[in-house]
Amino acid sequence: MIQVHKTTDSKLSLSHILVAYAALTIGGICGMLQGLVRGGVIELPYGIGYYQVLTAHGVLMALVFTTFFIIGFLYAGMVRTTGPLLPTVNKIAWVGFLMMTVGTVLGVIMVLLNKATVLYTFYAPMKASPWFYVALVLIVVGSWCALVAIVSQFRYWKRTHKGKISPLFAFMAASTMILWFIATLGVAATVLLQFIPWSFGWVDTINVMISRTLFWYFGHPLVYFWLLPTYVVWYVILPKMIGGKIFSDSMARLAFILFLIFSVPVGLHHQLMEPGISPTWKYIQVVLTFLVVVPSLMTAFAMFATFESYGRSKGAKGLFGWIRMLPYGDVRFLAPFVGMLLFIPAGAGGIINASNQMNAVVHNTLFVTGHFHLTVATTVALTFFGVTYWLIPHLTGRTFTKKLNRMGIWVTIIWAIGMVIMSAAMHIVGLFGAPRRTAYTTYNDHPVALEWLTYERVMAISGVLLFIAIILLVISIVMMLRAPKGEEEFPIAEVNAAAGQTPAVLDKWWIWIIILAVLIVFAYTMPFIDLINSGPGSKGWVTW
Amino acid sequence: MHIHRLEKLWIIIGTAMLVVFLVAIGIGAYAMGNHPPGHTSSIKLDPEKVYETPPFDNPGLEKIGENEYNAYIVAYIYGYNPGNIEIPVGATVHFYVTSADVVHGFNIPGTIVNMMAIPGEVNEMTYTFDEPAEYLLLCNEYCGIGHEYMATTITVKG
Repeated sequence: MIQVHKTTDSKLSLSHILVAYAALTIGGICGMLQGLVRGGVIELPYGIGYYQVLTAHGVLMALVFTTFFIIGFLYAGMVRTTGPLLPTVNKIAWVGFLMMTVGTVLGVIMVLLNKATVLYTFYAPMKASPWFYVALVLIVVGSWCALVAIVSQFRYWKRTHKGKISPLFAFMAASTMILWFIATLGVAATVLLQFIPWSFGWVDTINVMISRTLFWYFGHPLVYFWLLPTYVVWYVILPKMIGGKIFSDSMARLAFILFLIFSVPVGLHHQLMEPGISPTWKYIQVVLTFLVVVPSLMTAFAMFATFESYGRSKGAKGLFGWIRMLPYGDVRFLAPFVGMLLFIPAGAGGIINASNQMNAVVHNTLFVTGHFHLTVATTVALTFFGVTYWLIPHLTGRTFTKKLNRMGIWVTIIWAIGMVIMSAAMHIVGLFGAPRRTAYTTYNDHPVALEWLTYERVMAISGVLLFIAIILLVISIVMMLRAPKGEEEFPIAEVNAAAGQTPAVLDKWWIWIIILAVLIVFAYTMPFIDLINSGPGSKGWVTW
Repeated sequence: MHIHRLEKLWIIIGTAMLVVFLVAIGIGAYAMGNHPPGHTSSIKLDPEKVYETPPFDNPGLEKIGENEYNAYIVAYIYGYNPGNIEIPVGATVHFYVTSADVVHGFNIPGTIVNMMAIPGEVNEMTYTFDEPAEYLLLCNEYCGIGHEYMATTITVKG
């Protein structure tokens, strides 16, 4: 059993995690301010703009916190399951870390200078400073170094263990990074080929619909890039945490392959309300979108099967007796578990968003904001918080104390309550038509808009609650870095003996990548031909 | 590959529900005509020459039948041209919307009129206003510093 903190790679992993939490802290301050402004509670001082704060919140939370945390966590797990990173792999990983960090700092400076108040989706033809786009390139190319590092380490393991099935964690880490690479090809294409030449003034115009389509080619698999590492925790780590076993290794791998395949050729469901794309291709991509229901159902089954088998092995009686056997008093289990439960309503909301017709009711309203505050900001974030409470002690060779556990439980409870209230208010007021990404307004006291105010105040209050949770979390992290020396386990579960052999085909990447490539070409070729044949492009606008 | 008996059942039931659901939205789209807005056959225009290109050289309402109108509307920072539209109750309106600058939203809360106004493209949607009221028309896509002021009304007279 490899203890990551005894390798030089522990510093690499820890550096990623700490940058992630620095981003979460600043992003959290922005989030709280935003809620208070939108609710009409405060006004921002010193000429700081609402949309500037909103841009910082989106970029820091959705791109920086998640990407750094995920990569740091995956490195630690790769070391744990495949051995210390090869010296070259470690070097590539550090290069990636530096590029991503420089990119983040540059991007944040541009936002603070009010040179890039374009929100994290940076829709053309709003034109930010070219250095904002350069910052995005640094973050993306830096993350590709992580892809090279993790896939090289995975291949090295396969070479040195001929004929064996790879460790489940390593397989899932590699699939997460492959998904990320395929997804980021879209954003890299639009930034490198469209935004950078245009913002430096080398070309005059930009094709807006192509840039949006490339963005959403990336934007949807992006959410699966957040979700897959969450599933890694649920599939591989939680069973060990409760003292149980992985229900089925092969079904877990199959679920990941299906997520990989069905999360990319589906971006048009974010563009249902847009012109220039034929309704038939929209519908085809809606169908492909919904196929992720299948691996989601498999994941739900595996989780509850694991919990139930464990409860029964401890002597639980009756149909639901096992529910009482789970270790709710341990934040390392509680936080991801609460995230898992809240993923059920979150998924239901997603089905509404992606439906051809229902999308017209909720598109660009606060309903959508409520949706992703339940998915990424609750399910994913709580799972990552739960990981943090054992991962930082493991990486630093310190112990996870009872006091830390108590802090963590408070963070979990406050965060969950804050998010449930906030996203409930957002979902409801979104159904009434309140737009997302909009500063405080009553539209000249229009009666429709006045009805939204109560909900917007509730959002403001829950934002403050969430910020309190972030303060407790930051205090916990400082406490972890100074906790007593010792050993903290990196939990990796074993497979249930009754699960049977894993077929080798599930470990053969090239088959699944070819299927995915065929689907992408099928789903996007015709829409792109239509868009390339559209009229003249747009010049740039600075409207902030 | 071993799959637990209950898991097979669970996946089969789930997939069957999914098929029913997809068929339902497919019927909604193809048999009942509830496609999302926007078509590829629309007029393509130069975003810099919106006000010189028909029909947006003459934005506003055009009566095309018994209580049926075409509405040619240009979204711009931070308003709609024309604003404050008035129509009789029961009117069917075919909206044709484009943008003169950045991307905007075109949303009438309380209805299913919700679409993107994109420079160089024309978005289309039809809606029948059966209830008399002063409807709010607002921009629901961030478009700049004055985004929260971008709104107007559509008055449906009884």
